[in-house]
Amino acid sequence: MENYSSSISSTSAISINKVLRNTYLLLSMTLLFSALMAAVSMTVNVGHMVSMVCSFGALGLIWLVLPRAANSSAGIGVVFAITGLLGFGLGPLLNAYLSLANGAELIATSLGGTGIIFLALSAYVLTTKRDFSFMGGFLMIGIVLAVIASLANIFLAIPALSLAVSAAIIMIMSGFILFDTSRIVNGGETNYIMATVSLYLSLYNIFVSLLQILGVFSSDD
Amino acid sequence: MDWIKISSAVFLLLMLFFLLPRAKQMFTESPKAESGDWQAALMPLIGVIAFVALLAWLVSQ
Repeated sequence: MENYSSSISSTSAISINKVLRNTYLLLSMTLLFSALMAAVSMTVNVGHMVSMVCSFGALGLIWLVLPRAANSSAGIGVVFAITGLLGFGLGPLLNAYLSLANGAELIATSLGGTGIIFLALSAYVLTTKRDFSFMGGFLMIGIVLAVIASLANIFLAIPALSLAVSAAIIMIMSGFILFDTSRIVNGGETNYIMATVSLYLSLYNIFVSLLQILGVFSSDD
Repeated sequence: MDWIKISSAVFLLLMLFFLLPRAKQMFTESPKAESGDWQAALMPLIGVIAFVALLAWLVSQ
C-alpha cells in the first residue's frame, strides 16, 4: 500500500515537473517571439491605432479562442499569435521611450527589472512550495479596480493616479506570478498553454508598468 | 477627445465585461487563507516594492 501511494506521488511529481518545464520552455520562446515582433513594429514605425488593434486582437484571442484551443496542439499557435500581437503592439510605446535621451537605458532597466522580479518570485515559490491559491479572488478584484481606475484616468488625466495604477499593477501581477507558479507546483494547473499565457501577461504588464514608473522618475519635470 | 482615448476606453470596458464575472467566481471559490499564508505572500511582495523603489531612485539620480 505504501509502495502504491509513493508510486502515485512520484507519478504526480513527474507530471508537475513536466508542466513546469513545458511552461518555462514555451514562455521563453514566446518572450523571444514577442521581442522580435516588437523590433519589427519599431522598425516599420507603426502607429498607436495599430497598437490598439493588436491589443483588441490579443484580448479577443485570450477570451474567445484560447479556452477552446488550450487542450489541443492548436493552442500553441494561439499562444504565439497572442504574444506576437502584444509584442507588435509595444512598438509605438518603445519608440516613444527611445526618443528620450535615456530611453534605451530605461527600456533595458525595465526589462532587467522585470526579469529579476520574475526569477525571484518563481524561485521563492519553487523553494517554499507554498500554496498561494487563496490569493486568486483578491488578485482578480485588484485587477478590476485597476481597470476601473485606468478607465477613470482616461477622462481625468491625473498623472499621480496613473503612477499609482502602474504601481498597483506591478503588485497585482507579482501576486499573479506567485499564484500561477504555486498552482503549477501544487498540481492545480495542468495545462502548460494556459499557464504560459498567464505568466506572459504578468511579465508583459510588469514590464510596461515599470517602464512607465521609471519614465516618470527619470524625467526632470 | 481623440480616437486613441475612445478606443482605450472601449478596450478597458471590454476587459471589465470579461473580468467581472471571473473575478466574482474566483472570489467566492478561492480557498480561505490559513494562518501565516498572507505573511508568506506579503514578504516577497514587499521585496518587489523595495526593488521597484530602488530602480526608481537609481534612474532619478
